Amino acid sequence: MKRLLMLLPLVIFLVVAVFLYRGLFLDPSELPSALIGKPLPAFSLPSVEDEQRVITAEDLKGKPALVNVWATWCVACKVEHPVLNRLAAQGVVIHGVNYKDDNAAALKWLNEFHDPYQLNIRDERGSLGLDLGVYGAPETFLIDKQGIIRHKFVGVIDDRVWREQLAALYQELVDE
Amino acid sequence: MKRLICGALLGLFLVTTAQAAIDTYEFRDEVERERYRTLTEELRCPKCQNQNIADSNAPIAMDLRQEIFRMLEEGQSNDQIVDYLVDRYGDFVRYKPPVNAKTMLLWYGPVGLLVLGFGVLTVILVRRRRVEKAPASTLSETERERLAQLLDKKDS
Repeated sequence: MKRLLMLLPLVIFLVVAVFLYRGLFLDPSELPSALIGKPLPAFSLPSVEDEQRVITAEDLKGKPALVNVWATWCVACKVEHPVLNRLAAQGVVIHGVNYKDDNAAALKWLNEFHDPYQLNIRDERGSLGLDLGVYGAPETFLIDKQGIIRHKFVGVIDDRVWREQLAALYQELVDE
Repeated sequence: MKRLICGALLGLFLVTTAQAAIDTYEFRDEVERERYRTLTEELRCPKCQNQNIADSNAPIAMDLRQEIFRMLEEGQSNDQIVDYLVDRYGDFVRYKPPVNAKTMLLWYGPVGLLVLGFGVLTVILVRRRRVEKAPASTLSETERERLAQLLDKKDS
C-alpha cells in the first residue's frame, strides 16, 4: 500500500504530462462547429448570378456536397479558388455562399477565375453566415444528401487538406 | 469674442468625439444599456479568441454586437440571446461555461484539488504527531529500568 502511495506523484505527473503534450499540437483557432449533425439552417436568398432566382435549403438536398463560404475581400479564398476549380472538374459537388460581399465584385471574380459552384448563394448581409456560425472566410461545410451538416473545415482547402482530411469524408457521404 | 472662440472650439471637440465612436446604439433605458454591456463582455469573439465581443474590432464581433442589440430591441431575455449564439458558435462563445458533464472538471476540479490537498496535509500531520508521541510508550519496563540505571550512573 505504502509503495503504491509513493508511486502516486509519478502517476499524477505522467497524466499531466500526457495532457500538456497533447495540448502542444492542438490548434486553438479550430472551433468544433455547433452545427454538426444538424440540418442546414433554413434560408431563402437570391443567387449571385440572378437576383430573381431564389435558393432555399431544399435546393441543396439530393447530393452530398461541399458548401464553401467565400468572398472577394477574403485573401485566402483566392488561394483556395483554383483547388475548388480542380475539385469541381473532378465531379465534386460544390455550392458557394458569397458572404458579405459586393455582388458585382463577386460576378467579376467568377468570370475571371472560373466558377466551380453549382449553386451560388448571395448572402450580402451575412444572415446565412451567422446562422452557420461562420467567423471568417473561407469555411467549408460538408453536407450529406439530406442536407445535414456532417463536417466543417475552417481555412484554406489545399491539395493536402483535401487528400488527407476531406476526400475520405466526402467519399463516405457519396457511398452512403 | 473670447467666449465665441471657446464655444467654437468646444463645438469642434464634440464633433470629433461623436465621429470617434465606432458603433453608436440608442438604448431605450439604462437597464438595457447595462444588459448590452454585460452580454458583450461575457461573450467571446469567435475570431480573436482572447477578446470578448465588446473589445474586439473583428468584423464578426461587430456583427454580433449588432445582432445582440437587435435582439435586445426585440425584447429577448439574456438567456435567449446567449442560447442563440451558443446554437451557432457552440459553448466556446461563453466566457462563463455552463455546468454540464463536459465542464464538471473545469468547475469543480480546483475545489477537488483543494480538498485533496487538505486531506494529504491532515494525514501527514496526524502521522507526525503519532511519531512524536511514540517514544514514550515504546520502551518496555526493563528497558526503562536500564535507562534509569544508566542515567543514575552518569549523575554520580
